[in-house]
Amino acid sequence: MQRRLKDINFLDVVLWILRAVIIGAVIWGSIATIIENPYPINTWVETIIAGVAQGSLYALIAIGYTLVYGVLFMINFAHGEFFMAGILTATIFLAQPWGKSGFLNQHPLIGLAIITILSITISVGIALLTERVAYRPLRKAPRLVPLITAIGASFFWQYFFRGLFGSDVKGFPQLEILTGKISVFGILVLKTHAVVIVSAVLMLIGLYIFVMKTKVGKSIRAVAEDKDVAALMGIDVDRAITITFATGAAMAGIAGVLYALVFRQVHFFMGFIPGIKAFTAAVLGGIGSIPGAALGGLLLGMFESVGPGLFLEGLGIPAPHQLKDVIAFTLLVLILILRPQGILGERISKEKA
Amino acid sequence: MIDNKTYSLKDIIKTGLLSGLIALSLSVIGFITLLNKRELVAGILSLGHVFLFSPLIAFAYLSAVRIKDEGKYKILGSGFLIGILTSIPLLILALIEHFYDIRQFLVNVSPDLMEILLFNQGIVAGSIILMLGMGLVGLLAAGLQTLPENIRGPITYALTWTLLIGTFSEILSGRLRSFFGPQFVKIIFVRKALNPLVAGILLLFFAGLEINTQKRKKRDDVKRPWKNLDPRIKNGLGMLLLLLLPLVLGTYLTEVVNNVGLYVLMGLGLNIVVGFAGLLDLGYVAFFAIGAYVMGILTTQGHLGFVSMSFWTALPFSVGAATLAGIMLGIPVLRMRGDYLAIVTLGFGEIIRILALSDMLKNQFGGAQGILQIPKPNIAGFDLVKPEFLFYVILLGVLLALFVSWRLRDSRLGRQWMAMREDEDVAEAMGINLVSTKLLAFATGAAFSGLAGAIFASKLTSIFPHSFNLIVSINVLCLIIVGGLGSLPGVVVGALILVGLPELLREFAEYRMLMYGALLIVMMLLMPEGFIPSEVSKRELHAHEIQD
Amino acid sequence: MSKKLYIFSILIALSLILAACGGAEYDCEDALGCVSYAEGEPVRLASALVISGANADLGLDSQYGVEIAIAFQETLFGHEIELQAEDDGCSAEGGQAAGQKIVSDPTIVGIVGTSCSGAGVPMSKVVSDAGYAMVSPSNTAPSLTDPAVAWNPGYLRTAHNDEVQGKAMAEFALEVLGVTTAAAIHDGDPYTEGLARVFADSFEEMGGTIVEFTAVNKGDTDMRPALAAVAAAGPPEFIYYPVFTAEGGFLTKQAKEVSGLEDTILAAADGMISESAIEAVGEAGEGMYFSGPDLGFSGDLYDKFIAKYVEDYGSEPISVFHAHAFDATRMLLGCIEQVAVEDGDSIHIGRQALRTCLYATADFEGITGTLTCTEHGDCADPQISVSQLTDGEYVPVWP
Repeated sequence: MQRRLKDINFLDVVLWILRAVIIGAVIWGSIATIIENPYPINTWVETIIAGVAQGSLYALIAIGYTLVYGVLFMINFAHGEFFMAGILTATIFLAQPWGKSGFLNQHPLIGLAIITILSITISVGIALLTERVAYRPLRKAPRLVPLITAIGASFFWQYFFRGLFGSDVKGFPQLEILTGKISVFGILVLKTHAVVIVSAVLMLIGLYIFVMKTKVGKSIRAVAEDKDVAALMGIDVDRAITITFATGAAMAGIAGVLYALVFRQVHFFMGFIPGIKAFTAAVLGGIGSIPGAALGGLLLGMFESVGPGLFLEGLGIPAPHQLKDVIAFTLLVLILILRPQGILGERISKEKA
Repeated sequence: MIDNKTYSLKDIIKTGLLSGLIALSLSVIGFITLLNKRELVAGILSLGHVFLFSPLIAFAYLSAVRIKDEGKYKILGSGFLIGILTSIPLLILALIEHFYDIRQFLVNVSPDLMEILLFNQGIVAGSIILMLGMGLVGLLAAGLQTLPENIRGPITYALTWTLLIGTFSEILSGRLRSFFGPQFVKIIFVRKALNPLVAGILLLFFAGLEINTQKRKKRDDVKRPWKNLDPRIKNGLGMLLLLLLPLVLGTYLTEVVNNVGLYVLMGLGLNIVVGFAGLLDLGYVAFFAIGAYVMGILTTQGHLGFVSMSFWTALPFSVGAATLAGIMLGIPVLRMRGDYLAIVTLGFGEIIRILALSDMLKNQFGGAQGILQIPKPNIAGFDLVKPEFLFYVILLGVLLALFVSWRLRDSRLGRQWMAMREDEDVAEAMGINLVSTKLLAFATGAAFSGLAGAIFASKLTSIFPHSFNLIVSINVLCLIIVGGLGSLPGVVVGALILVGLPELLREFAEYRMLMYGALLIVMMLLMPEGFIPSEVSKRELHAHEIQD
Repeated sequence: MSKKLYIFSILIALSLILAACGGAEYDCEDALGCVSYAEGEPVRLASALVISGANADLGLDSQYGVEIAIAFQETLFGHEIELQAEDDGCSAEGGQAAGQKIVSDPTIVGIVGTSCSGAGVPMSKVVSDAGYAMVSPSNTAPSLTDPAVAWNPGYLRTAHNDEVQGKAMAEFALEVLGVTTAAAIHDGDPYTEGLARVFADSFEEMGGTIVEFTAVNKGDTDMRPALAAVAAAGPPEFIYYPVFTAEGGFLTKQAKEVSGLEDTILAAADGMISESAIEAVGEAGEGMYFSGPDLGFSGDLYDKFIAKYVEDYGSEPISVFHAHAFDATRMLLGCIEQVAVEDGDSIHIGRQALRTCLYATADFEGITGTLTCTEHGDCADPQISVSQLTDGEYVPVWP
């Protein structure tokens, strides 16, 4: 930093001004909103919980990005499609017929378990196939090349599944046991939201233990650290990478089921935008870091949910919710200016960047 | 794909089943059914059949290559076996569909598909025909390998070209019609397919052509009359051809070329940012949007306009605004690297689009309803309405951008960019001012894109925020990498492949994106360094191999 | 051997060319020229609808409508009818490219398209300049038939102008339901934004109060924050969100879960009249209102249509514009039939005559109502009907 004496003044001044402007706008907007007080407290609580639930979904998908990035340093653009593939298939073959026959409401736990298993199986299958065909042969190629095949795979799977199941929106049946709200510490929470948040937390803890405490997890971390040395130490690099892909895709498969529970409809295009959002979340938290992905997802969900109402409503901007992505991305810029490696990211060495 | 040398029966079975699964996938997603409506040779061959059999032909041929030293019978046998195995997944599908309605799950398993798979026969007869037919095709494909090169060459050459002509018959017939009149076209094409007789003639013709070339090659007297020409004359002739292009191509193909041209312009700009300077930008569409919107607002005659400039007066403002935006985006991301840069630029692109779309700025930018009534470029009182005229405006822009890119690449600045791409820290240590070097890359790239956007707005006469979504950025990035990162001719070739080709395949609309995705994967697997790699990246790849 | 092959093929080609020469030219007197089909040649129509991307079901559904109309017609003067289906990409550039492609083919006589208004604006210009005629089944932007903005002489539509539908819904809400406060939500699509705005303006003009006019984004899943803002602003008695199935499904289901909106009346537009929309809104959609064409009264023809649709495409209609597309195609085919001049076994169709005939369409009995074209090409039956979702079916309740 000290070396850049000549540039530091100009650049830092500009960046400081930028930071000040963003933070100033955020504070000004928030104060204006608080003074105007457009929403009752209840609305805020609802909005926050919705944000946490949405954020939990982002987090689960973001983990797939982060895991793959950790071992291969590639942006797996097709990850959102893995998320879509599993739940779309499970909805068509299981959830819809069971919804009609009433089986799902008679045996919700068994039904959901089987749906989840199918969703995971398809997501993992698609992910491994993609890895084998489109990524593995390119492991030694320049970094942007696998990015392009990933983009190709993303389009391919989207339209493949559209061809399989059609382009219309598919309804996911509503489960009676998950209808309505429950009271948590006196706050009314939608049961579906509660399920999403609790399962996401459990999944994250499970994953953390898997990566940090088990032998397989250790091999993944070793490969992430240095593939060549890991290979020398007798670790099967291909196997570790395969397991990484499978783990990420399994999380996406579960995220798909949770998504279907909350939003109750699925579609061939549903993976694309959450995929991009999750990628954003992974970067926000510091790409390559599992807790970072979780935190990034959560923050992104919150910004999107609470941001427009809090920062923009008071400024009298029409249709503030249309601008939620503007808020999310502006805050992303702000955070990355403050911490270029993301919130929990390590200072990336230049080979990895 | 399988690297072991022994290629056993097990491998053949695996190959056969794999080919069957691919054929099955193509069938159940409705691809075959759609393509079956499109005949290549009238009454004989449809594109659906070609695609149904293509995995089989490819796999049978490839496995024949693997075992080419093991005797004719084994080769033919393996081809036949692969053919039979390919039919099995399809037969299972047909059987299931026969007894149980799986269309409630898979919408494209339609009666039409069953007719194609079973050749309009009943389930029993159809299955036998399919199985034996596939066996026969596998046998032939494998048999092709056993033929000597001087027979195999002409056969594949003739088949490929005839099929290509059949595939693009729609466009070809349009062009032929305007040159030789409708009567001529009616002989060659029956509806949109080749007349069987003409297809036969074409086969003979191309076979003859290839035999001829082979003979010449043997005698080593391949004629290349253009080899001895003066390069200036060569360039002049090339330029002349380019200028006459719209006359040859006609309205629709010129429109396609124009769209390719706009993407070439953007590609050249992004090539500077990503290819030369190594800064991964996923929000490149932002500058395109800014160029287009500035052009729109300054020239529109609708209610959003306030100055009603002409295209040429507004052009510098468009390009200037985009350049400025390039610098403004550049500043906050100066210290970000790699994928952090990618996501922030992606965000920037989305922010611009959402702002243009928003109700907040509806009175300035038209919101969802966009900007209408933008005039076309005008030269001396004459509006350039037709694509044939706009072609020259775009050509001018592309040539300018090519020239600038070419000069910059070999300039001091260009070398600084490349040094920065290789290693920022080392570059800085060598005395390169990273701030100005990076900002100049962003600014130049943005300027090209702004120019493209300005022409785009004027070409369409109306712009909507939806034209500026993430897919545009992704497309541009794909085309420069498929073409060959950092390579100027690569940009042109990449745009032709990724923008031109999908446009020509418009009739497969539903599956265009599927084919696009598959194309990206296949191209990258076959040519990871791009179609026309730049000199530098060739060296790099080589160095990489040594390092490993 | 190769040389012989060479010469042989060229000889055959030449003889074929010679054989073809010498067909009598038809003397066309039409101001914009004629399309001629010789014996055995199919009459060719083109469609330019959105059949890729997120809105694909909208365009595919319309394309199916076109295909069925053609199938029902079977032949015109003994000529088969062929459809060339193009993609408008739901974007301005897609519309322009599709338009250029279609008009570069002189054997195409008429066009059904586009799906999206954004694609319709440039395409209408290209098509009209080239002398062709297009009938759109689902463009609703008022600008397209406004001669001061984007109207062109070859453009017509069977879809409802937003002005008509938005006003009708405002009238229904105020006068039939008797509500006085309402909110409108759009998703940034030109169609939904236009319709929501007309509704809001008309509602206020007629004496109601719009408590919130807001927007969500296409592709959003969590609509609760926007809905909570609507609830906090009123809560209104009535919410109109004329969006498409995906976003509409989310809005409907989540509105029921936002406190303050439990009893609010929900309403959407024809973008959400489809089997897939019923599936998407689920039980939350019970009692919801939808503005759109009245498909109920058309009786037999529509029943026949639906049966064919299910048989050919494996599902109930996935959107509503198949009906408008069906009518648009029938209008086109009917006019071709009227203006075509038979000449032995070939037919000739004057392009200006076709346009004139289309614009003169009056009291045409379609499945979307009785169609009469205005001088700027608005052909939809001005009668908007409102139906209510009752026990999973659309039941017409007004007028």
